[in-house]
Amino acid sequence: MSNTQQSITPEVIRAHGLTESEYGLVLEIMGREPNITELGIFSVMWSEHCSYKSSKKWLKTLPTTAPWVICGPGENAGVIDIGDGQAAIFKMESHNHPSYIEPYQGAATGVGGILRDVFTMGARPIANLNALRFGDPRHAKTRHLISGVVAGVGGYGNCVGVPTVGGETNFHESYSGNNLVNAMTVGVAQTDRIFYSAAAGVGNPVDKVGSKTGRDGIHGATMASAEFSEDSEEKRPTVQVGDPFTEKLLIEACLELMATDAIISIQDMGAAGLTSSSFEMASKGGLGIEMDLDTVPQRERGMTPYEIMLSESQERMLLVLKPGREDKARAIFEKWELDFAIVGHLTDNGRMVLKHHGAVVADLPIDPLAKASPEYDRPWVPGVKRPVIATESVPAHPPIEALKTLIACPDLASKRWIYEQYDQMVMNDTVGRPGGDAGIVRVHGTGKALAMTTDCTPRYCLADPHEGGRQAVAEAYRNLSAVGARPLAVTDNLNFGNPEKPEIMGQIVEAVQGMGEACRSLDFPVVSGNVSLYNETNGVAILPTPTIGAVGLIDDVTKTASIPFKAADECVIVLGETKGWLGCSLYLRELCGREDGAPPPVALHREKREGEFVRRMIADGAVTAVHDISDGGLLVAVAEMAMASGIGAAITVPQTLPAHAWCFGEDQGRYLLTAPAAQATVIIEAAQRAAISARIIGHTGGDDLTLGSLGAISVAELRRLNESWLPAYMAATDGDA
Amino acid sequence: MKAAVIVFPGSNCDRDVAVALEAATGQPPLMVWHRETELPAVDLVVVPGGFSYGDYLRCGALAARSPVMREVKAKAETGTPVLGICNGFQILTETDLLPGALIRNAGLKFICKDVFLRVETSESPFTRKYKAGTVVSYPIAHAEGNYFADDATLDRLEGDGRVAFRYVTEQGEATEAANPNGSARNIAGIFNETHRVLGLMPHPERLAEELLGGTDGKPMFEGLVEALS
Repeated sequence: MSNTQQSITPEVIRAHGLTESEYGLVLEIMGREPNITELGIFSVMWSEHCSYKSSKKWLKTLPTTAPWVICGPGENAGVIDIGDGQAAIFKMESHNHPSYIEPYQGAATGVGGILRDVFTMGARPIANLNALRFGDPRHAKTRHLISGVVAGVGGYGNCVGVPTVGGETNFHESYSGNNLVNAMTVGVAQTDRIFYSAAAGVGNPVDKVGSKTGRDGIHGATMASAEFSEDSEEKRPTVQVGDPFTEKLLIEACLELMATDAIISIQDMGAAGLTSSSFEMASKGGLGIEMDLDTVPQRERGMTPYEIMLSESQERMLLVLKPGREDKARAIFEKWELDFAIVGHLTDNGRMVLKHHGAVVADLPIDPLAKASPEYDRPWVPGVKRPVIATESVPAHPPIEALKTLIACPDLASKRWIYEQYDQMVMNDTVGRPGGDAGIVRVHGTGKALAMTTDCTPRYCLADPHEGGRQAVAEAYRNLSAVGARPLAVTDNLNFGNPEKPEIMGQIVEAVQGMGEACRSLDFPVVSGNVSLYNETNGVAILPTPTIGAVGLIDDVTKTASIPFKAADECVIVLGETKGWLGCSLYLRELCGREDGAPPPVALHREKREGEFVRRMIADGAVTAVHDISDGGLLVAVAEMAMASGIGAAITVPQTLPAHAWCFGEDQGRYLLTAPAAQATVIIEAAQRAAISARIIGHTGGDDLTLGSLGAISVAELRRLNESWLPAYMAATDGDA
Repeated sequence: MKAAVIVFPGSNCDRDVAVALEAATGQPPLMVWHRETELPAVDLVVVPGGFSYGDYLRCGALAARSPVMREVKAKAETGTPVLGICNGFQILTETDLLPGALIRNAGLKFICKDVFLRVETSESPFTRKYKAGTVVSYPIAHAEGNYFADDATLDRLEGDGRVAFRYVTEQGEATEAANPNGSARNIAGIFNETHRVLGLMPHPERLAEELLGGTDGKPMFEGLVEALS
């Protein structure tokens, strides 16, 4: 496929993932038949991964602005104002397909890629998060995937020295052949030193810095835009290999260069490598680029123009420097021992001209390729609404027994085995470590902090993508509020199946609409994102998984909340209404073996009011602990607060609802708060004034979690159950799953 | 106290330890780049945590052969105190400033968590502010922290009071369960013959501020200031 002289047959076109009509558009744009290098460039630029051709129409409907948004979607990452001349820059990105084929490197390079998206814009990365979805634990490959992905995420982040402070991990059989790795990075920059990718200045040199270009990762973007089948293992060569040490050097060198006045524009080389980065820069600047591929530092001999342009070798950046600043740049890159080469220059003709061994090997118009990529309004069908499940129809299990099952089930079991493999503290600003509602990282040298979280409940999204999209945003909003942070903005990572199937496209459309509704209602704009489609193996799609990554600001880092109970004899207060919604709940799945029913509805107007109330209580120092109620319901949340502290609680289950519905219903918009008795009365009164339902459900204390006549369990036993599942599962050999 | 922090291109706890040193001394330490061939006159040299040159080879093996470590070794031999934390400890064993080696964790995984340590002696500029036998909590964050030495070396270390810290339970017992990485005799940190070089895997600089979860690491820096100012 890499022979420059190769003729362009229908098979070659198909192998490049271009449809007949897309190839027709290629011919129209070129005015002639493309050569193989040019075809390869069209192929990656128009891949779903790079062009968003199936999702663009719907992504445009998301709210992206707010007074604090400095830069929304379209750049390498989103930028928001966090005051004092500082900005938070963040994004989440998937590395699903590579992580299934080669879990360690796939996950590692996912972290590397998202770090580059953030520091490319001038930010020092201060935190990583990740959202992982694995298949059925009984599936033969699941253990191997968890082990590799977690080691890969840690191996990369730990070495570059950026703490991993949060995330989530779920299991469902739909991910057995297609696990998800969504990685998020948050960085901090000065608002007057943010860097963009638009090239400027005809004649200015275009420079490449970082690793040499090799044959790894060729066609990664195209691979990520197709379904898997039995032979997907054969795609291992399309997975890149990460080098976190070089990334560390790149971060330091780029930030050092960014502190000078040398850079006009800068762009990392991610998916589709040199192709997409150079087109991006030129297209945004309205310019052309002429590159001499012989000057691109290469790892291997005999690389063809096709391979050089499509390589996805990691840890590379492209930049345009101000005239006369090359020496300054070269000195910095030499200090960090990084390859630095001038590979081309900017032109005014709007074309990408590539030379190799003295001959022109590709000559393409930039804008038609970059901007006129196909955009599809793919047919879609709305999902069939599921009936609401009547609480009475769900079998009642004794609450303590059900609790024991739930806190030890894969989704709710402690993820300590995972996050202890991540350095959570390097940089010495981690105030809220993994295991809470949101990670909290102090902005270095200041008294403020950023809170961050990743959230999605895929089973709700399958049941009702619209409601699921709303819920993912609302839960992120809650998790930030629960630590005392003002939610500012989100990044989204949309993971779905094949968009060419109307029912999958329907999931995308409805989830995006739901997310948009929630973001608008909560003043929580989307500032960056990524779409990963074709997450299917042998025709079976994953659960729709629109992961939300969110960032909030804590003005005073000493005023935060955390989930552990702080003392005995404090009141436990539940905020929000408990109606006992069991449809789509974990109780239904784990105890009744059912995954049916409509998901719990989210009342957005209440979410905002409650979030503001919780944040005010935290800022006033009125509460001692806060936890949002999510998967598993109220009693699971109480148990989590008890386990985090070692302090028990006595909870009174009201007579108004069946016990199992009250304990495990997943009604939305709820928080647990604790406070000393006198203070609790004040909180309840304040809640009433704010038209928020609030009531005391029990008291902290003792070594047990007790439910009166409904039974009791020791916190030690809860911990044992919660902590043992994942280590035991990972320690077992493949035969004993 | 004037301190220098050695910075390798892959160091990533250099800023962390600099912050802890500045909090204790009131002045920022000198940051010394790995290519330097001379060290300024200082009262303390810190080799920080991180991944020196990527550590794709044996951890610290390349760093031990860097120009700046030649100087660090020379300073140590003339009595300048040297503190090696995590990767710094690995580098100090590779430089032969400390005996033994740090091999892969027994569980084969990177581990990051708070652990309990028993301070074995207060007879050093690093541990003078702790009472011998005190149990403290520092975080660890490493994949190669499993301290290994032959029995004769271990006996000598014990006999000479050169074991600085041991992994223990909250109650202070050096049990197998309390040992996060399989290190010989639960050793977490050791001194050289003069007790003026300390290498340890746990990070005292990471728990030297209440907001970050504790201050058990702070007395190490305060003790150094007292001893070396």
